[in-house]
Amino acid sequence: MSWFTKAKKPLEAIKELRDKKKDIPAGLWRKCDRCKEIVYITELERNFNVCPKCDQHHRLSARRRIELLIDDGTFVEKDAALHSLDPLKFKDSKKYKDRLVSSQKKTGLKDGIITGWGKMNGRPVDIAAMDFDFMGGSMGSVVGEKITRAMERGATNRRPVIVVACSGGARMQEGTLSLMQMAKTSSAAGLLAEKKIPYISVLADPTSGGVTASFAMLGDVIIAEPGALICFAGPRVIAQTIRETLPEGFQRSEFLLEHGFVDMVTHRLEMKASISTLLDYMCHGLDAGAGR
Amino acid sequence: MAVTCLDFEESIVELETKIEELREKSRREGVDFSSETKKLHKKVNRLRHDVFKKLTSWQRARLARHPSRPYTLDYIQFMTTDFVELHGDRAFGDCHSIVGGFAKIDGKPVMLIGSQKGRQTKDKIYRNFGMAHPEGYRKALRLMKMAEKFHLPVVTLLDTPGAYPGVGAEERGQSEAIARNLMEMSSIGTPIVSVVIGEGGSGGALALGVGNRVLMLEHSIYSVISPEGCAAILWNSCDKVEEAATALQLTAQDLIRLNVIDEIIKEPLGGAHRAPERAAHILRRVLRRHLAELGEMSSEELISHRRGKIRRMGDIAMA
Repeated sequence: MSWFTKAKKPLEAIKELRDKKKDIPAGLWRKCDRCKEIVYITELERNFNVCPKCDQHHRLSARRRIELLIDDGTFVEKDAALHSLDPLKFKDSKKYKDRLVSSQKKTGLKDGIITGWGKMNGRPVDIAAMDFDFMGGSMGSVVGEKITRAMERGATNRRPVIVVACSGGARMQEGTLSLMQMAKTSSAAGLLAEKKIPYISVLADPTSGGVTASFAMLGDVIIAEPGALICFAGPRVIAQTIRETLPEGFQRSEFLLEHGFVDMVTHRLEMKASISTLLDYMCHGLDAGAGR
Repeated sequence: MAVTCLDFEESIVELETKIEELREKSRREGVDFSSETKKLHKKVNRLRHDVFKKLTSWQRARLARHPSRPYTLDYIQFMTTDFVELHGDRAFGDCHSIVGGFAKIDGKPVMLIGSQKGRQTKDKIYRNFGMAHPEGYRKALRLMKMAEKFHLPVVTLLDTPGAYPGVGAEERGQSEAIARNLMEMSSIGTPIVSVVIGEGGSGGALALGVGNRVLMLEHSIYSVISPEGCAAILWNSCDKVEEAATALQLTAQDLIRLNVIDEIIKEPLGGAHRAPERAAHILRRVLRRHLAELGEMSSEELISHRRGKIRRMGDIAMA
């Protein structure tokens, strides 16, 4: 028995260190939730948070997402200063204002999304990337406004639009105003469709609720990352409603592919090349100056 | 009609029963109780005013879900003529939680679409408690497109706890169905008037709610999440529904202040369920006015008006 306890101790120490990982800068390791292998954080980060051992796609910040998809040095951020006014003066166990401040500190963003434009393998595109670390990537007035503006910029400048969704849904703390962002962003997607501007929607883990049920499902082409949870109602809500266990793989990317709701499931590290190839086709009319 | 009564309605209903009993007694025994009944009438009216003047958000939410509250088919019965129901999404099936079809309001043809709840247990199950499947939203969109084709205005009535969270609904693209409605509704070239008549439950309600006019009945609610859901997530406690209902600002009175809706439609004192025909009559008159105003606009004007209206939704600071 003493043999076991001895062996356990260093592991415990590692665990403790891992739990403290947020305070410790690079150079340490992290255990992959899926394969349970220990990987160096720097290696994981270099791999855009895809586990080098098992290919599990861990969450990626909006900033890193832009780095992944946009050519170095070409990104011009827009509307970075937009922030919420807390229209309902919402307070639950914590004030919404305080939640905003702590998310702002955590992410360095004013709200849960980065928008702007830049080049993707040389082609100018408008892009929006949601950040799950900011209140679960939830969509309130600011997120809705920034997506809408990104789409409007695409329509005005005749540039394709790429939106990377990663969100728990509409932001409760802005009540019905958040709900209305679903209509606003969907209407903007309608504008892109009308102007025949390509719109590619990328779905990362998780994409759910009011985000799935609006702009995220309206891309000309919809691409999901492998294994992402993509749903309207979350699995827990459904399990409660029907009081049954859910089928294996339910609401994951591959399930949506099988049911006809996404065009493809693409590895994160192949995402940029894949979108570029698609845009070569989809911009055929734009490049030829059609509709100008 | 009021079979069930909520706790804050109890004192009112008690007095009303007393009045009824007195009347019955005077009829039976030929004794004149008119001065007493008059007094009681006054008293009950005052009580009704008092109770309904200071309703809390949670009380309003419960009125919005009152089991006796008129539903879409009741409004159709009381405020339209010549209703012809149309069925199916032409892809998978017919959803019974959303009804729609041609109807006449004051003799003028419209396409009327609304969520439908059931009254008795069997009916509730048939209507899936007003929670639509994707087929319902796709049927609604088909009918709106048809209305556009035949130059008919669209009236939508919103009254649902939300879109159905189930396996089949997810498999058949609940999100896609709602998203498509939001996008397509914003560019339909015919007038759309949307009215929340009871529960405006999140995306499932909004999917019928992108109108040139968005109106709410006095005791209806419109929310991003139910007070129960919000309490469970943000407070971690089901006991906090009252706080959640207040915090969410989901009443018609809140939402007109937040510029989400255009108008509040008065209900008969005590709520629409106390006088459904009268409620329908009020709604009909309001609809007639809005439809007449919107009828003056061209297709292009209607689309840009609706898009502009949606575009302004939200509250943000620039720096």
